[in-house]
Amino acid sequence: MEALAHLLVLTLAAGTPLVFAALGELVVEKSGVLNLGVEGMMLVGAVGAFIVTAKTQSPWAGVVAGMATGALLSLVFAVVALTLLANQVATGLALSLFGVGLSAFVGLDYVSVVIKGLEPVAIPGLSTLPVIGSLVFGHNPLVYLSLALFVAVQLVLDRTRTGLIVRAVGESPKAAHAIGYPVIAIRYATVLFGGACAGLGGAYLAVAYTPLWVEGMTAGRGWIALALVVFATWKPARVLAGAYLFGGVTLAQFQAQAAGVELPSQFLAMLPYLATIVVLAIISRDAALIRLNAPASLGRPFHPDT
Amino acid sequence: MIRLEPRPSPSRHAIWLAPLAAAAATVVLGFVLFSALHQDPWAALAAFFVEPVATRYGVGELLLKASPLMLIGTGLAIGYRANVWNIGAEGQLALGAIGAGGVALAFGDSGSPLVLPAMLAAGAICGLAWAAIPALLRTRFHANEILTSLMLVYVANLVLSWLVHGPWRDPEGYNFPQSRVFVDAALLPNLLADTRLNWGLPVALAVVVAAWVFVRASFLGFRMRVAGLAPGAANYAGISPTRTVWIGMLAGGACAGLAGANEAAGPIGQLLPSMSPGYGFAAIIVAFVGRLHPVGIVLASLLLSLLYLGGESAQIRLGLPSAVTGLFQGTLLLFLLAADVLVNFRLRFQARPTGRVPAVR
Repeated sequence: MEALAHLLVLTLAAGTPLVFAALGELVVEKSGVLNLGVEGMMLVGAVGAFIVTAKTQSPWAGVVAGMATGALLSLVFAVVALTLLANQVATGLALSLFGVGLSAFVGLDYVSVVIKGLEPVAIPGLSTLPVIGSLVFGHNPLVYLSLALFVAVQLVLDRTRTGLIVRAVGESPKAAHAIGYPVIAIRYATVLFGGACAGLGGAYLAVAYTPLWVEGMTAGRGWIALALVVFATWKPARVLAGAYLFGGVTLAQFQAQAAGVELPSQFLAMLPYLATIVVLAIISRDAALIRLNAPASLGRPFHPDT
Repeated sequence: MIRLEPRPSPSRHAIWLAPLAAAAATVVLGFVLFSALHQDPWAALAAFFVEPVATRYGVGELLLKASPLMLIGTGLAIGYRANVWNIGAEGQLALGAIGAGGVALAFGDSGSPLVLPAMLAAGAICGLAWAAIPALLRTRFHANEILTSLMLVYVANLVLSWLVHGPWRDPEGYNFPQSRVFVDAALLPNLLADTRLNWGLPVALAVVVAAWVFVRASFLGFRMRVAGLAPGAANYAGISPTRTVWIGMLAGGACAGLAGANEAAGPIGQLLPSMSPGYGFAAIIVAFVGRLHPVGIVLASLLLSLLYLGGESAQIRLGLPSAVTGLFQGTLLLFLLAADVLVNFRLRFQARPTGRVPAVR
């Protein structure tokens, strides 16, 4: 029982960066914008968070810096893809390539720096309770933040006027424009929100999950987050479930090694990527399901005169 | 106030000026960046863009690194023209290297003249087979090829890592993760004395020409272009989208695989855990900056190759991290995409927004 609880805690911890990044991207895509730069924004957020933590000794300052740098990078995407109307696929790719290069460049001096990262909260009396203690009270503060983000995204998208406007912009930007909503400004806002979330996911990796900076440390999580949004058919609850599923798969390689499975480590390391491919294929098989759930204007530039 | 006004047809000038503007803007950014890093910007720019190619050896290196870039860029462009987004060339390159390396190791030191052609063929076939996975997943399961092809990059690199750590590790290699060094018969012959330039360049150029003929002169190539420009019309004309995806993906995969074989049989001469400093990703930039056009792709591959050499030179001469290469690569593409707005739109300067009623359509 205690061991199972421990495994669940680890799974939550491994899935959390995906929760942040995928929920952010979900909001972006709901507004009709496809930003493939998640991997780049996560890396830049991670390196930003790490550097600020190393300089200030405050992981919370690092977390804020991670969000800010992620949002700043997404602003580049917004200017090129929304204002200058460039192809969103190409711009997102460019953003990822740029983010990889930028984070490697700025992070070089910090590769072997040691920081004191964010520790799991410890509530005296509660965290030490058997099973419940670690399962409910023993997580990293950012894990709770990711759950709060999930609730907020779910409620705002589904139940509020703001959410309705965002969805309207994603379904029919022309109609939204015609009744007077500033389509481009709303899309800027969602893109920046997505950038901050991706940056937060990166910050979680660099200052909470494994408090260190390694070039390319997100290891494709940004791309997995993009796939998660499709698996989840643009529904926040399914994003959450998918993220933990993938967190579990990432853990499987370490668990298998600990259990003495006689498979080369490389094959175990392939699991998250192979799982992404398989699940993506299974979900996408039903083309009607995807068409029905995808925001209708996803990936199309909007210009009022065209 | 500046307004964007749609052009009736894309500007022919802007199509060619935008890449030049993007390259110029990247150099300006370099100037600013080097100044900010307390370097003499002119000397730094010279060390980055001029000194690496100031010698005969340097020119050889420029062409050597440009070869895989133009090869992969050409293959990717065939798909991109038809809106097939293969971004997993880095993995297809790794598979190409594995295929070529497998052949080289199987032939051992037999010295057969067939080794080299067999290696190149195996490389192209392995790259093609790796690209067939996302093609199948896209055509059969509608799975987004961007995500699947990228996921397969990680898988391919892990396969390569397993091979050089395990079954294909050089038994006399002091436990280093690397294969045996290939024998001379398994290496591409040198092309230019006193440089490392080899026959990979003519091979790459031949593929560029062949691809150009395919796109411009064949009916299939024409249909691929229609599929990219007007998917609706293509569908109405009976052009199979499935076939378009297959050809687009496989062309990119075969070219990337061949590039991987060239790397294994060329400058590297054995299998290592990493066979490419990101050529598969840089080639995406090559395809875009080269405007998916063969001449443009060759020129863009030289530019991206120069960025690689500049990064190495900056590391040696200026003590800057060579990661600056990746930074410049990404910037170049972002500048290009930004400049592209002038292809389809023109700028209109207005004192203030007029009360003109927008035309109703």
